[in-house]
Amino acid sequence: MEFTLSIIIFTPLIAAVIMGVFLRGDDAIAVRNVKFLALAASVATFLISLVVLFGFDTSASEFQYVEQATWLPGLQYKLGVDGISVLFVILTTFLMPITVLACWHVENRVKEFMMAFLILETLMIGVFCSLDLVLFYFFFEAGLIPMFLIIGIWGGKRRLYATFKFFLYTLLGSILMLIAMIVLWQIAGTTDITRLLEFKVPSVPISLLGWQIEGGLQTIMWLAFFASFAVKMPMWPVHTWLPDAHVEAPTGGSVILAAILLKMGGYGFLRFNLPMFPIASDLLAPMVLWLSVIAIIYTSLVAMMQEDMKKLIAYSSVAHMGFVTMGIFTATRQGIDGAIFQMLSHGLISGALFLIVGVVYDRKHRRDIEYYGGLVVRMPRYAMVFMFFTLANVGLPGTSGFVGEFLTLAAAFQVSTWIAAGAATGVILSAAYALWLFRRVVYGDLVKTAIRDIADLTRREKLVFAPLLVMTLLLGVYPSLVTDVIGTSVQGLVDHVNTQAFAAFDLHANESLVANDSR
Amino acid sequence: MEVVILFAPLLGALVSGFFHRLIGERAATFLSTGLLFLAAALSWIIFLTFDGTTEYIRILRFIDSGELSSDWSIRLDRLTAIMLVVVTTISSLVHLYSLGYMHGDPNWKQHESYKPRFFAYLSFFTFAMLALVTSDNLLQMFFGWEGVGVASYLLIGFYYRKDSANSAAIKAFIVNRIGDFGMALGIFALFYLTDSIWLDDIFAQAPRLAETELSFLSLSVNAAELTAFLLFVGACGKSAQLFLHTWLPDAMEGPTPVSALIHAATMVTAGVFLVCRMSPLFEFAPVALTIVALIGAATAFFAATVGLVQNDIKRVIAYSTCSQLGYMFAAAGVGVYQVAMFHLFTHAFFKAMLFLGAGSVIHAMHHEQDMRNYGGLRRRIPWTFAAMVIGTLAITGVGIPLTHFGFAGFLSKDAIIESAFAAGGEFGSLVFWLLVVSALMTSFYSWRLIFLTFCGAPRGDPDTHAHAHEAPLSMLVPLAVLAVGSCLAGMVWYDDFFGSNVDQFFTTSVFVASANHVLHDAHYVPALVKASPFIAMTVGFAVAWLFYMVNQDLPRRLASAHRPIYLFLLNKWYFDEAYDLLFVRTAKWLGRTLWRRGDGSVIDGVIDGLAFRIIPGITQQGQRFQSGYVYQYALVMVVGVAVILVTIAIAAGGL
Repeated sequence: MEFTLSIIIFTPLIAAVIMGVFLRGDDAIAVRNVKFLALAASVATFLISLVVLFGFDTSASEFQYVEQATWLPGLQYKLGVDGISVLFVILTTFLMPITVLACWHVENRVKEFMMAFLILETLMIGVFCSLDLVLFYFFFEAGLIPMFLIIGIWGGKRRLYATFKFFLYTLLGSILMLIAMIVLWQIAGTTDITRLLEFKVPSVPISLLGWQIEGGLQTIMWLAFFASFAVKMPMWPVHTWLPDAHVEAPTGGSVILAAILLKMGGYGFLRFNLPMFPIASDLLAPMVLWLSVIAIIYTSLVAMMQEDMKKLIAYSSVAHMGFVTMGIFTATRQGIDGAIFQMLSHGLISGALFLIVGVVYDRKHRRDIEYYGGLVVRMPRYAMVFMFFTLANVGLPGTSGFVGEFLTLAAAFQVSTWIAAGAATGVILSAAYALWLFRRVVYGDLVKTAIRDIADLTRREKLVFAPLLVMTLLLGVYPSLVTDVIGTSVQGLVDHVNTQAFAAFDLHANESLVANDSR
Repeated sequence: MEVVILFAPLLGALVSGFFHRLIGERAATFLSTGLLFLAAALSWIIFLTFDGTTEYIRILRFIDSGELSSDWSIRLDRLTAIMLVVVTTISSLVHLYSLGYMHGDPNWKQHESYKPRFFAYLSFFTFAMLALVTSDNLLQMFFGWEGVGVASYLLIGFYYRKDSANSAAIKAFIVNRIGDFGMALGIFALFYLTDSIWLDDIFAQAPRLAETELSFLSLSVNAAELTAFLLFVGACGKSAQLFLHTWLPDAMEGPTPVSALIHAATMVTAGVFLVCRMSPLFEFAPVALTIVALIGAATAFFAATVGLVQNDIKRVIAYSTCSQLGYMFAAAGVGVYQVAMFHLFTHAFFKAMLFLGAGSVIHAMHHEQDMRNYGGLRRRIPWTFAAMVIGTLAITGVGIPLTHFGFAGFLSKDAIIESAFAAGGEFGSLVFWLLVVSALMTSFYSWRLIFLTFCGAPRGDPDTHAHAHEAPLSMLVPLAVLAVGSCLAGMVWYDDFFGSNVDQFFTTSVFVASANHVLHDAHYVPALVKASPFIAMTVGFAVAWLFYMVNQDLPRRLASAHRPIYLFLLNKWYFDEAYDLLFVRTAKWLGRTLWRRGDGSVIDGVIDGLAFRIIPGITQQGQRFQSGYVYQYALVMVVGVAVILVTIAIAAGGL
């Protein structure tokens, strides 16, 4: 089909429009219709996206399903997916019906709520499919608006503070990225991403206010893009918006935020920073690697001391994203394979973890760890699901959480043993905070009277967790499902980058793994 | 057949875990037990008919990324065959035993269904352990490695209402993860150096690694030494060797069958298996081997000293396990991997039996575990008493010196001590002496356990004693089977593991460098050396007899006369306290500081400063925002984006 990607992108939007225009009233039937329409639209989107997945040629590293049209004068509408982006589209469409189902009990302004999610879906898919700079920018930035609204309207007590902080962080990055995009368009004469990927941005050292800048324009542009994506990731030290945003967001918002919105940062690194500015990436990779290691250790330690379940999982997300940035900037096959895998897996696992918090939050409207304890006595099935995703979050082999960590660490070891050893301590710390959380919430005897009557998972909740559980297990046991799809494109990316930079990739002039034999 | 062995326990776990409502509790537990017996029967067939040629069975692709490829697969060689029988035999017996032991557990309320969950965990553990021992690449091994860790975590914390059990479970998992951290780095290093994580590829390149220098954490080290050492760190975690041993005694919080299966016979021996499996690498890493031998001997000694004074019956056996594992590592470290496997094999029988026997005692005494409240149980539970005595005879190494006639431990433990002597050098003799002294202490604490439990007058609650009763048949049968193993396993397989048939038996599954003659030399050590463990054992027995049968006031007087030493041993050399101070508190303090100060004061301080003070315009915005104009705010953003787009559009159009 010629317009498959467009259909995928606009199906949720059309559903949202229909909802806004035709579904009026707020009686029970109208609310029910809204929910079912949202569910139907998101399921339909998922099914159509599967067409793309099954029709995807995994042996080609080029963009597929390309669509091109002129939009405004001089602006083109161009879409396409390659191995790097296609699975993010699937992740988005896969998680959306689950999120809708998880938000079934929302009572306040249901129509607007569902509309916000559907519009958000359109925009998120758009980000992963855009092959034009302007289009990308539009989707990337516009995606924030529904998220602001979701947090700002349906959020918790301090929702305005959280939204504002979120906004402030992203604003700074956005402006810098926008300027860099304009410059890129100026010098390359195109906004077409496929052509920009072939374009070599000048890297002659330039001198600015007496400062000699290695890598010249590439470095400056790299930093500008980096500012935006690093906030999105989020990387240490620009991560503090995330815990607040998560805490205040409604469950569905947290799921989408953690599972998909964060991945836009990693996707941005893979689509822009690494291939378009390889020389700058080479120069600045050590910085990213160290920031990643700091993120992993620092946020894991902080996660351990959290008293709010959502905050703990939010910090855990930052730590897990540390593996992603580390993997990407090793610029090796295993590193990038691992980074993408980690992002997809984290989408499933962190989404599930936020849903898990949501389950008890729905019942008791409390998120503090202290409030709970001994839930296993009343909620054995819940305990099992919680345990499963805790172990997946800890990176247990056999679950998808393991593969990404293993590959990125193996890649990091090739670049620097310090980085690998530092990041690997995160594996110990994650076990500490995750199991401790589980123990405090689920294990122990049920003595607190306030939660004596808490009920186990409902059928709807089981239905929400089942697909996540199956996928987490499936990808953990048979990771080739992912690596086969992304492999060719990742190899293409690695080759592309290595021919321009990283050729003698040796971050460690002093601290290298030089073997005697000439390997 | 191998595939059936591997997946039968998994099937049992799934059925027992998820379908017990459908088929009933009884059917589920019986089915998983039955499947384990099937696996055990097949394993024995393989073990007895195995011809020494390595077989490979590929099942499914696993992680595949560039040069890093791996499969779910089975590698069957002698080492695997040995581990298969050990794991499935002990596991099936423990399953059977648990049918009786877990019946009517007072830790649970009437209506609570806990048995299927217990059997599911046990079977899952067995599956993970089998995946570990059958793996053909380091990745699957790591899967098994962490898989057994999780099973152990789940089973230690099985009584999830108890805080102590939960703490012990987490401790076990995290300490194991510290070991796994080392092992993972070892795998990464091997992948970096050899471009492969397949065992055969790594083995083939081991000689080259021995000549390769590698920079690790800014230190220049030999590649073979480094990788061997890192893998050994993993082994230390799993096998509770010194410095990473603290989790094992606490792991006794789990139900006793678990202690027998996981924390005595199988999982904790995975580290020994790893070193033997990687013998082609370790043989090229003499320094790493020396470390293995020293840590092993030191653990054997340390754990034995602590075992002398413990009062909890399970803890005594736990320290005994820790100590015996030290023996195995010492054997591997001096280069006699076959002997290490021998002790692993015999130890599985008698240690599982000691634990199951202890379980029977605990069962009889209504979950009382303090030996000070036992005494005189010989008459009440005679079968258990007989089994425990056989186990003790085996672990202390009773046999006829200078012959090959004796209980299982006599043959395997003595082989280790002789090998340590034969290895010679200053390390060899240090290891030798540590092991001999440990043998003395082993004998003392093992007999102490027997005397305190079964002999003398009943102590503690008379009511409990009056109701003490022999265990049901499902618990006694496993004891009987293990008793046979404890008596005969050493003598039957002596030739294969240590004697004349050792090369034909192990073929290529264990690699021994051409310069390594320790196994051969061990047969020609002086008679006094050969008799030394026997002498040590006799002395230990005599002292225990004196202390606990003849003059029962002596231990108390000795303890009060040397109170500091007594407390030092009783508190396990204060490892837990030191670690708590060094790591746990530090990490918590660091976490809190980074959160409050780092995230709070510094990062958010800067952001808030920027937002609300330095930029007045945004202050206004902020106030407006806080008055709730979310829609307007969003509108501003949309308009902003639109303006930017239009600007570009116009500019682009002008080109």
